[in-house]
Amino acid sequence: MIAVKNLTYQVGNKKILDNASFKLVPGEMLAVIGANGAGKSTLLKLLCGEMNPTFGNISFNEKDIATYSIHDMAILRAVLTQHNTVSVMFTVKELVMMGRYPHFENKPSAHDFEVMEKVMAETGITHLAMRDYNTLSGGEQQRVQLARVIAQIYDRPNAFLFLDEPTNGLDLLYQQQILQLARSMANRGYIVISILHDINFASQYADQILILKNGKTVALGAPLNVINCENIHEAFSIKVRLMECEEFKCPLVIPSGLLV
Amino acid sequence: MVGAVCVGAVNISLPQFWSMLANYTGLSTQQLYTTQQTAVLLNIRLPRVLLGALIGAALAISGASLQGLFRNPLAEPGLIGISAGATLAAALTIVFGGPLLNAIGNVYGYYVLAVAAFVGAFITTLTVYRLAMHNGKTVITALLLMGIAINAIAFAFTGLLTYLSTDEQLRNITFWSLGSLGGASWISFSSAFPFIIIPLIGLPFLGKSLNAIALGEAQAAHMGIRVNRTKTVVIVLSTMSVGASVAVAGLISFIGLVIPHILRMAFGADNRLIVPASAILGAAALSFSDLLSRTIVAPAELPIGIVTAIGGSPIFIYMIYSQLKKQQIL
Repeated sequence: MIAVKNLTYQVGNKKILDNASFKLVPGEMLAVIGANGAGKSTLLKLLCGEMNPTFGNISFNEKDIATYSIHDMAILRAVLTQHNTVSVMFTVKELVMMGRYPHFENKPSAHDFEVMEKVMAETGITHLAMRDYNTLSGGEQQRVQLARVIAQIYDRPNAFLFLDEPTNGLDLLYQQQILQLARSMANRGYIVISILHDINFASQYADQILILKNGKTVALGAPLNVINCENIHEAFSIKVRLMECEEFKCPLVIPSGLLV
Repeated sequence: MVGAVCVGAVNISLPQFWSMLANYTGLSTQQLYTTQQTAVLLNIRLPRVLLGALIGAALAISGASLQGLFRNPLAEPGLIGISAGATLAAALTIVFGGPLLNAIGNVYGYYVLAVAAFVGAFITTLTVYRLAMHNGKTVITALLLMGIAINAIAFAFTGLLTYLSTDEQLRNITFWSLGSLGGASWISFSSAFPFIIIPLIGLPFLGKSLNAIALGEAQAAHMGIRVNRTKTVVIVLSTMSVGASVAVAGLISFIGLVIPHILRMAFGADNRLIVPASAILGAAALSFSDLLSRTIVAPAELPIGIVTAIGGSPIFIYMIYSQLKKQQIL
């Protein structure tokens, strides 16, 4: 369980994140949306324990995250960051195995190899196993990185997966694949928190949506309750139209120009 | 190593070597060798070969570790100015600490030099690291330019010191800037040994952390790696071994660059393998270079720095070329 209470992060007088609160139970996927500079990445960094909040607190399974050791955090949550450059030539296999680092001292166990194989199969990268990471396309690289973070928590069904704009710069097929993988993790009992830019992706895949603007919470709740013209106006300063569509549980958002 | 012990200005044949070994271990009483050969072997050649191997291992392993830390294969103690910083500190100690060095005698003198070189190397590394790392990424141009600048400063000051120094000090300083194992003795070996053996044992344990840091510092922290602790340990241990090497053998460049590079080409980038393997290959490579340096123009000697530079610089040029090509600048 993740409980975030009155979370505030302040630099000087500016509140980058202002009084955010939410609760997530196992199996839930939260999408965080908002314009650039809304505080999404700050929220994720606070959740990762990379920065400490000015006010408020975050608890994982009813324990404040400040009380977790860096190793205990590593086996409880995995993070896919936005920019992943790998400075040396690792093979795909080696990279995925790095996800198992918190689980072994110096030599991976048979179980670690098993997890690596399974995750590579699930993310569809088995055929890339021996390739040099730096020679892969952007979409393939992103899937390898996702495989690495999934491997980190694969055998911990109560763990959390944090994703920072995982579909950035990917083509339509890869976007769907990545989000489907995230969704399937939630269906298996993980809590997934993902920053997304595409509102329609957020409403299709997530159970809850958090809309931020200038650090403040515009809306929080199930897609059907929060995706409406007013909230989108408020958060993105654009005009939108909603379109009902049979296959989607939530109306699609179509941008229709600037606010005047 | 056996080969390196035997070949040199005074030749010792293999049967003679084994005979000496057998004699000393009490296996045989037959003498196939002369006392001069024994003296050469025990007092000159053996410490020299061991010191060469030790320093080769030290330079290569610190090169491999620093490259992991800087996230760049071009980070090499010599190139980025760490050895130069150590040299400057050692030169300062020789010139201004002369009376002190004389007072405490030879063995401790070496220790003082090693510590001074370590401090010099440490300060340089911290400076370079602060200035060349930006948001957890190495800015290559900054890194290499810093190296050039620090090398220039260190050599300028070392040059300046030569005016202030006595004849004997001058000879010492010149020896430092060229790099040589010519001063090897049991004393220099034993003074460098503790400073180098600790990094040799400690650094291989950091292979996993260095692998994770290759993905980025934030990413490594997410994987449960204590990034700051790893950084401190790598910097302290590598500068310790570079400092000790410089103190006893002067500036020997390119070993720390070329050895890890060759291993990466052969076995991939896994630091759990590259770091310890660098020590072994580095030891072998420097022993071999030393063998060349004292046989090519025998009975005279080439400074070993020249041998490693001739072997290493073409590989260095190739590495810069391939990096630029990867970044699509060329």
